[in-house]
Amino acid sequence: MTIQVRIPTPLRRLTDGADEVSIEAENVGALIDNLEAAHAGMKDRLCDDKGDIRRFVNVYVNDEDVRFLKGKSTILKEGDEVSIVPAIAGGAL
Amino acid sequence: MSIVRALKCRECGSEYEIAPVHVCEFCFGPLEVVYDYDALGEGFTRELIESRPQNMWRYKELLPIEGEPTVGAEVGFTPLVRAKNLEKVLGVKELYIKNDAVCYPTLSFKDRVVSVALSKAVEFGFTTVACASTGNLAGSVAANATAAGLKSYVFIPHDLEVGKVVGAGVYDTSIVAIEGQYDDVNRLCSEIAGKYPWAFVNVNVRPFYAEGSKSYAYEIMEQLGWKAPKHVVVPMASGSLCTKVDKAIKEFVKLGLVEDAGTAIYGAQATGCSPIARSVKEGTDLIHPVKADTIAKSLAIGNPADGYYANRVMKESGGWSEDVSDQEIVDAIKLLAQTEGIFAETAGGVTLGVAKKLIEQGRIPRDESIVICVTGNGLKTLEAVQDQINPVRTIKPSLKAFDPLAEADLAANK
Ligand SMILES: Cc1ncc(COP(=O)(O)O)c(C=O)c1O
Ligand SMILES: [Zn+2]
Repeated sequence: MTIQVRIPTPLRRLTDGADEVSIEAENVGALIDNLEAAHAGMKDRLCDDKGDIRRFVNVYVNDEDVRFLKGKSTILKEGDEVSIVPAIAGGAL
Repeated sequence: MSIVRALKCRECGSEYEIAPVHVCEFCFGPLEVVYDYDALGEGFTRELIESRPQNMWRYKELLPIEGEPTVGAEVGFTPLVRAKNLEKVLGVKELYIKNDAVCYPTLSFKDRVVSVALSKAVEFGFTTVACASTGNLAGSVAANATAAGLKSYVFIPHDLEVGKVVGAGVYDTSIVAIEGQYDDVNRLCSEIAGKYPWAFVNVNVRPFYAEGSKSYAYEIMEQLGWKAPKHVVVPMASGSLCTKVDKAIKEFVKLGLVEDAGTAIYGAQATGCSPIARSVKEGTDLIHPVKADTIAKSLAIGNPADGYYANRVMKESGGWSEDVSDQEIVDAIKLLAQTEGIFAETAGGVTLGVAKKLIEQGRIPRDESIVICVTGNGLKTLEAVQDQINPVRTIKPSLKAFDPLAEADLAANK
């Protein structure tokens, strides 16, 4: 399934400036792995050493924070929109 | 002498040079000021501190500015009151009120954070300062900026108390009210801070701003006779004050200025906006953002920036968290006024209300020292209690008119 992923300004260096990318994935964990495959370096920024989504990175599926869904196991379906948003907006944004 | 070492990411540990930044570029975690305590050497003693003027800058080595403060040099050293009357009502042995309802100059603990933030802003070369505020911060930024010759913008939710709005506007600041809640104000301010070259005290200079809160707890310990209290009850909006009370106590213990008392820290919120209290009570460290609905507008942050860290402080210190209803807030404001003669704003009602609840629950023992943090002044939130005071009896200016009134009171044993 193809999912549209919105990329925040500080991570666009990894996507050649693209603010949105299309990624194949059936859940959020796979989406992060496939993002990494397409844009190396992404996973380090989004996940800690244990592979958990970093505390100050919010991943939304259709405006719901995945922490309050099933985290990385959250199932994605056709047409879902995923946004990655730093929890605290930086001065560099 | 400054012993500030760097800004450090609280999540991944990356370090940054001292600059007006607040977010880790790598993992987006919040930055915190860290110090090289060993560089203080032997000279930073109780005697040295006691020899200095009675304001928050007597602890300046532990605050993140270079040299002397240029803004808010007179802030702090508010009374720590032994609350004998309240002790009787609550059935506890040793109770204190740290009374920042009389903090100079704008009657809330925000003068502490603002004096650090603005002194730092001046060091960085900013000429305009700004904030996102639930009320008290706006007044403090406006007043301190004006006194320091800085231009200011303060951003507030549109539905604040008159006292908060007038208490900022009178200083000739630019007030902007946002149609939305504090969390909307905050989000907008992040965007504005990215575009305009201003020092936003709780955005780009937040790491420095937040350190100012430590002075509140340093004073408590000095005023207790260089002792850490056993229990402290702290109001929480973003949760920053709660984390800095903890940091201040740990610093004093580390520096040998007080003995470790195993201080337990308790966070207080209003039920209508209690995302941090709820996380503690539910045993999770996930903070679920909420839409705020409470008369404690100064604490109405639905998505608290330091919620996770406040949650951790309470858990690790052996404290707890509770919340109280609007009615309990009003009752507690009246209780404090009618026992100790201290008129606190709604946040103070929250803190005392929660302290009372925790004592009744047995979470705070009755025979150990307790400090209740009163951080703002009741004259700024008159709306909360204006219908709750004794009726005003208006009479003609004559003894003939007064005598029956006095007799009636006597008969009623008032
Ligand atoms: C009177 C009062 N007390 C306490 C707080 C809590 O501050 P913090 O954001 O540090 O939790 C505020 C914040 O606005 C306040 O105005
Ligand atoms: Zn980091």
